Amino acid sequence: MSGPEGSEELTQQPQKVAIGLSFGNSYSSISYTTGDGKAEVIANEEGDRQIPSILSYVAGEEFQGTQAKAQIVRNPRNTIAYFRDFLGKPFAQIDPTPCHASAHPEEKGNTVAFTVQEHAIPEEGEEPAKSTLTISEVTTRHLRKLKQSATDFLGQDVNAAVMTVPTDCTDAHKAALTEAAANAGIEVLHYISEPVSALLAHDAKIQHASEGSYVPKDRIFLVADIGGTRTDISIIANRAGIYTTLASVHDYELGGASLDKVLVEYAAKEFLKKHKNASDPRTDERALSKLTLEAEAVKKALSIGATANFTIESLVDGIDFTLSVNRTRFELLANKVFMSLNRLVETAVQKADMDLLDIDTILLSGGSSHIPKIASNMQAHFPETTEVVAPSTLASAVNPSELTARGAAVQAQLISVFERSDIEENTEAVVTLTPHLTKAVGLVTGKDAFSVVIDAETPVPVRRTAHITVKDGGDVLLRLAEGIKEIKVTKEEATNGKAEDDSDDDSDDEPEEIREKVWKVGNVIAEAGLRGVKKSGKVEVQINVAADLSVTLVAREVGGKGGIRGTIGAGAAGQNGIAA
Amino acid sequence: MGGQWPRRSQPVPEPGRFDAGNPATRHIKNCLAQFSPATPSSRPNRFFYIKMAAIELSATLPSLPDGWSADKDFKAIGQLSAPISRAIEPVGPHFLAHARRKRHKRTFSEDERIQAAESVKKIQNEDDGWVSEPEDPMMLQREAKDWKSQDHYAVLGISRLRYKATEEQIKQAHRRKVLKHHPDKRAASGKDQNDNFFKCIQRATDILQDPVKRRQYDSVDEAADREPPNKKDVQKKAGNFYKLWGPVFESEGRFSKKQPVPKIGNENSTREEVEGFYNFWYSFDSWRTFEYLDEDVPDDNENRAQQRHMERKNNNARKKRKNEDVVRLRQLVDDALGMDERIKKFRQEGNKQKNAKRLEKEAAEKAAKEEAERKKEEEARLAAEKEASEKASREEGKKAKEAAKNAAKKNKRVIRGAAKDGNYFTDGEASPAQIEGALNDTDLIIARLDADEIAALTAKLQGKTDKAAIKTVFVDEAKRLTEAGKVKEGELKVLN
Repeated sequence: MSGPEGSEELTQQPQKVAIGLSFGNSYSSISYTTGDGKAEVIANEEGDRQIPSILSYVAGEEFQGTQAKAQIVRNPRNTIAYFRDFLGKPFAQIDPTPCHASAHPEEKGNTVAFTVQEHAIPEEGEEPAKSTLTISEVTTRHLRKLKQSATDFLGQDVNAAVMTVPTDCTDAHKAALTEAAANAGIEVLHYISEPVSALLAHDAKIQHASEGSYVPKDRIFLVADIGGTRTDISIIANRAGIYTTLASVHDYELGGASLDKVLVEYAAKEFLKKHKNASDPRTDERALSKLTLEAEAVKKALSIGATANFTIESLVDGIDFTLSVNRTRFELLANKVFMSLNRLVETAVQKADMDLLDIDTILLSGGSSHIPKIASNMQAHFPETTEVVAPSTLASAVNPSELTARGAAVQAQLISVFERSDIEENTEAVVTLTPHLTKAVGLVTGKDAFSVVIDAETPVPVRRTAHITVKDGGDVLLRLAEGIKEIKVTKEEATNGKAEDDSDDDSDDEPEEIREKVWKVGNVIAEAGLRGVKKSGKVEVQINVAADLSVTLVAREVGGKGGIRGTIGAGAAGQNGIAA
Repeated sequence: MGGQWPRRSQPVPEPGRFDAGNPATRHIKNCLAQFSPATPSSRPNRFFYIKMAAIELSATLPSLPDGWSADKDFKAIGQLSAPISRAIEPVGPHFLAHARRKRHKRTFSEDERIQAAESVKKIQNEDDGWVSEPEDPMMLQREAKDWKSQDHYAVLGISRLRYKATEEQIKQAHRRKVLKHHPDKRAASGKDQNDNFFKCIQRATDILQDPVKRRQYDSVDEAADREPPNKKDVQKKAGNFYKLWGPVFESEGRFSKKQPVPKIGNENSTREEVEGFYNFWYSFDSWRTFEYLDEDVPDDNENRAQQRHMERKNNNARKKRKNEDVVRLRQLVDDALGMDERIKKFRQEGNKQKNAKRLEKEAAEKAAKEEAERKKEEEARLAAEKEASEKASREEGKKAKEAAKNAAKKNKRVIRGAAKDGNYFTDGEASPAQIEGALNDTDLIIARLDADEIAALTAKLQGKTDKAAIKTVFVDEAKRLTEAGKVKEGELKVLN
């Protein structure tokens, strides 16, 4: 290209159409933000919003999604599934168990590959050679399909995306993903971790519902992403919409697949009970695939209805199989899995050096979060003050299967207007690494009681404003202090105030103990006197903690004149904080 | 692009004591409230003015103890505990605000002020860029109930933009028109209370702000249509095809479900581009609908049959119009294709290529033929040459033979002469018989010798005058010949 046309072409080029892309081991989702800023998940041509991350090659044709998933039964060796986690890893480090029923991974160079029959086998002549597809190639093909679906839906060529990755994602994984995406014609603008993305979507939904006048409250979130093959738990501090991941734990065994397995075992046993002479469907690969596929459908149906049916034609030896399962039965069977989920959650809380009482909200994400029992188990396990956000407990909850994809779309919309260098500059450690308060800052109220204004784990600089009504009026003392959190355990018979820092497993199960979180006044930082407050007047206190930990306190009466303002300089602590 | 994420800027002056109470901030906020907030898609930074809502504490504050006093009623006592350094997630609107503050080293209040000022500036800039269109006095007299026939874009004063107008522009245009034509304003300026045009404005806004209704209107918005040019005009000048057809396709492209629509290009476009362009237009996927032209369906409950009849009629009319539109577009693309010089060029090029292939083949054949002929000629020439050279060599051989013959003759003469000079191998006067015998022997020797030997003998005899020496030579020769078996014993009479 040369001349004026060339430059015109160039100026038209950088129109970025960005989507949110959640590329999971089992399912992928694509999402976009509507004109009025609402994130929505796009359905592909088959009408699926959760598109199975599966590719299948049948007679020279490539299938993806639900159609490919059905091929696991008929054409398992040419069907590639559960490949996301293999990206960017050498063969020696991968866990090929989930791929047992589909194409098996193999080693190729320093990467993983699958061998499938890509081409149609002609009626006559030689059978075409099988092709060995590297994991990168498989990912590229999958992403290309997703991109096509999004492009068809939006009517614009999608060329960029924000992608979600698990919290334990390595740089090699990201690099491999970036390359695969680039080959599919997608520029990855930003990687965000799945739990954070879920949280972002959760906040964005509330924000959207309240017409933009909402700032997330300071809360500690526990985000449980219960996926198809793995579960990730993250504890995230949400401080006015700024998220800090405090701890993450992973379980690569626990997930929707383990629940499917429970149902498969049950169904297989029932089948053998009914048909004494039939062979065990679990020993036959094809029968097992059929059972697993049906188990997943039954599990999903049980999240909605009270009963669901296994209906499989010709399971083994040409015997048709039907079995009705009710929800209670399923919950009993899967209790072991639910329990291990609870244990995992507890581990996460311990890892964050917290108590169950510290968790303000549990956000359930991932397909398995539809199961009502998981939500009710969590609610029972955690104190009543903890809010559980799942479809079965909260009607306004976002569909947990869509959370991560939606969060990615929200982020995509936010950053797609920026230059690449800007995005990179903003994600550098210089910007993201921030000192966090280790103790809550607040006011001493009443008689040695403590009211939190800025909670612990809040990144600085921070500014918070509090309003306190002064009933009697007059001169009041504002004593700024750090708070010390204590867990008060009250026995039903005797009020034996016992301080406990660590959470105690046993104490949760004993009903006679009532555990409470109480604040005690710790280190006093400053005092200020506000004089002449009117009766029932409102005092506004603003606390501003700068990056160097210097604190500015501004107090005045709402509607009144004057006020006080004072600054406590940065001490040794602040200097340390900068250095750390 | 990327302007929202400001780069390093000048430090701002010391913030006021209270942001909420700061009159400047309040003024800006009022301005913001006045101009209705933009959609988040067009202004992603709208989140950033939002301050954290104040925390309501229900506890009671202790009253000031007696005797408490401090300078300016404030005293610092301690310091915060050491912080822990953690990475925050670079995600979400509030992080963007945090990153902006951190990178520009702004405090909360500074940042808020700068953001507010920027957005006011932006609105002002938008205002500056506004083009006001003149209002047709006839349009101002319109009856609101004739809304179907009104040009909604013209009513809002954005007829220059038409289908290209963004939601934001429509909103702005509406605001402007309302400010001007509001019935209250009319009343205030002493005009009559007629609010017809105001109703027209409201109707136009209703239609243009609803994406579905807007598409229906855009579908039948003839003012945005471009008449296709005729062949004469196109042929007038070389570049006219692109100049005249370009806008036609651009306006037709507005109905495409697939965006962006390929451009018509220019005379330098490649074959792929041109083919892509026509393929796109021949498989055009249009969202154009004709609901807007529906006849009104009576909505009384009594005449349901009539109602249904009307609906059917409308449906049929829509379908008919849609089909007509498809046919029209196809004809249009056909016409354009017919006038496109590039197609001809490509066809010629194609032909040329085909011809080139044929010519090449022919040339190759011809060359092969020529080559064969050349070879033949060459062969003939070589044969002729060979013959000539053979002839020459034959002749030469003849000559050499003759020369050799002559030389031999000469030599023979010399030998004979030598025999004579040697006095016929006798001492004293030679008798005729002696002479006869000597000459016979000499001749015999000569006859038995070949040319070379004759030459050798001649050389030996050359210059020899002494009779005895000559005789010795001859005798030696005779002896050699006898030994070689060329001369039989007794044949030589004298020389033995």
